Amino acid sequence: MTLNQWLLDTKSFFVQAASGAAKSAAKSASNAAAPSATEGNQHPVAGSVRFENLGKTYRSSAGLVNALSDIDLSIPAGKIFGIIGRSGAGKSSLLRTINRLENPTSGRVWVDGQDVAAFDDDGLVALRRRVGMIFQHFNLLSAKTVFENVALPLRVAGVKPADIDKRVFELLDLVGLRDKHATYPGRLSGGQKQRVGIARALVHSPQILLCDEATSALDPETTQSILALLRDINRQLGLTVILITHEMGVIRDVCDEVVVLEGGRIAESGPVWQVFGEPQHAATRALLRPLEHELPDDLVSQLEQQEPPVLSGFQRVIELTYTGQGTIEPDLDRIAAALGSRVRLLYGGIDRIQGHTHGRLLIATGGTGPAAQTLVAQQLSHYARELGYVRHHA
Amino acid sequence: MSDIMLERIWEALLDTLAMVGASAGIALLAGVPLAVFLVLTAPGGVLEAPRFNKVAGSLVNAFRATPFIVLLVALIPLTRLITGTTIGIWAAVVPLSISATPFFARIAEVSLREVAPGLIEAAQAMGCRRWHIVWHVLLPEALPGIVGGFTITVVSMIGASAMAGAVGAGGLGDLAIRYGYQRFDTTVMAAVIVVLIALVSLVQAAGDFWVRRLRLR
Repeated sequence: MTLNQWLLDTKSFFVQAASGAAKSAAKSASNAAAPSATEGNQHPVAGSVRFENLGKTYRSSAGLVNALSDIDLSIPAGKIFGIIGRSGAGKSSLLRTINRLENPTSGRVWVDGQDVAAFDDDGLVALRRRVGMIFQHFNLLSAKTVFENVALPLRVAGVKPADIDKRVFELLDLVGLRDKHATYPGRLSGGQKQRVGIARALVHSPQILLCDEATSALDPETTQSILALLRDINRQLGLTVILITHEMGVIRDVCDEVVVLEGGRIAESGPVWQVFGEPQHAATRALLRPLEHELPDDLVSQLEQQEPPVLSGFQRVIELTYTGQGTIEPDLDRIAAALGSRVRLLYGGIDRIQGHTHGRLLIATGGTGPAAQTLVAQQLSHYARELGYVRHHA
Repeated sequence: MSDIMLERIWEALLDTLAMVGASAGIALLAGVPLAVFLVLTAPGGVLEAPRFNKVAGSLVNAFRATPFIVLLVALIPLTRLITGTTIGIWAAVVPLSISATPFFARIAEVSLREVAPGLIEAAQAMGCRRWHIVWHVLLPEALPGIVGGFTITVVSMIGASAMAGAVGAGGLGDLAIRYGYQRFDTTVMAAVIVVLIALVSLVQAAGDFWVRRLRLR
């Protein structure tokens, strides 16, 4: 079943559910049905989150700990928004204030303009049915089958068994686990467990999906397949995905925007290509380091900082950096022309993030003159600097 | 051993089964809710109420601290109030179940407490109310531990029921003491011990089997 079909089924499901089921199910049904008046690839307008001057203080044996302070942040509807930081940076606490699994000490959280703190018990349950959540350790009930796990949110909402059946199989089709419906979670692989978690989180057609380190317990290949699934869900359903991770690779692969947390405060935020291209904060640079191409040892050992007495047989090594800003690209032909010399590509890598060219190249070239300045002046790279000299056996 | 003796042993076995069965049933029905209450009201629980928790906890400890033979005597007024008599099987059921309930509740409490907090969090995140969490998460996830704990409770109740002879309740233990100890009839005592061993083994095997089936999923 394609996602588009699923979207259509979703609508009919909620029309049915609203007639017989609980009040809250009816509430989210009207929310889900409202934007579908328009044809085609319609996106629900709902699903935005805003943090206003948010703070969270814990009492621990060591005294008061500020887990979060001065968080002001808007998460637009329909985006994949990443929250990254080292462990203990406050990511989990921040995410959990959205569905009030944790209460902030100060400040407010707004979901679609509604103050989350103002909800009573019924309001809170209704909110949590609009906000799905998946977890690092999946948190599936071991005593229930895959089917029962996905069905549980509907059962507790008072949806009719026949409707539950239909809906659960739709979601199991979506995550590709229909044939596992009678299996207990203990017999599934990590990736399959997370797929069940995703199906369970989507069963109420939420407008927001919270992902708490959803891929951190998975191997790289499974991580990619889960991220691809999240991306599909976001594109096809217009669902806001808010994910926290400590892996920059995850942010690079799926996120539109990112906020970097450090010590419970926002270090920086913005579109992913921008934060990656020109990280402003030390914390961001530290998180990016695993993705950067460190200089290989053999290059480092060959590199001579001092200008050699006889230049023949040596080449200058220049590092070119691309931040993704504007249209500057590594045009090799023009670089060679600007330097007036042949250019050897020693090392480096170019990424494309959200259509922006980003990366670093190391070139070796002959000639003299202010090569770095020339390259930047001619808009052939954003930053350039000379690293030293290497012997060249021409 | 005469046919009459065999009949005595058979009747005593039925008495023990009736006493332990009824008391175990009451302990199960009262102990699980008590355990759930202790877990829910504990600090950090989903129905946090430290004061209620303290009171319930102290009460449980008080009953567990009292030796069964003492409880048997101390509860005589209550027993008379409930059953109208202080002798016989049903008179023994009152102290037996009152003593077993706190014991079982503590064991069940440990199993409930071991349910991963992440599961409760996930249930909250999907819009479960508190009773949903108890019914769909806490109890099913803790079931293997609860069944194991119930097995232990039943076995220890079979032991305690021997003391119920003190209120004239009959049963296997009573038979063994009267014939084996007071009349020096070692054969009867040995026969009773064999029956008790068989009974306990059977209960334990049944409990283990059930736990294994639950854990296999």
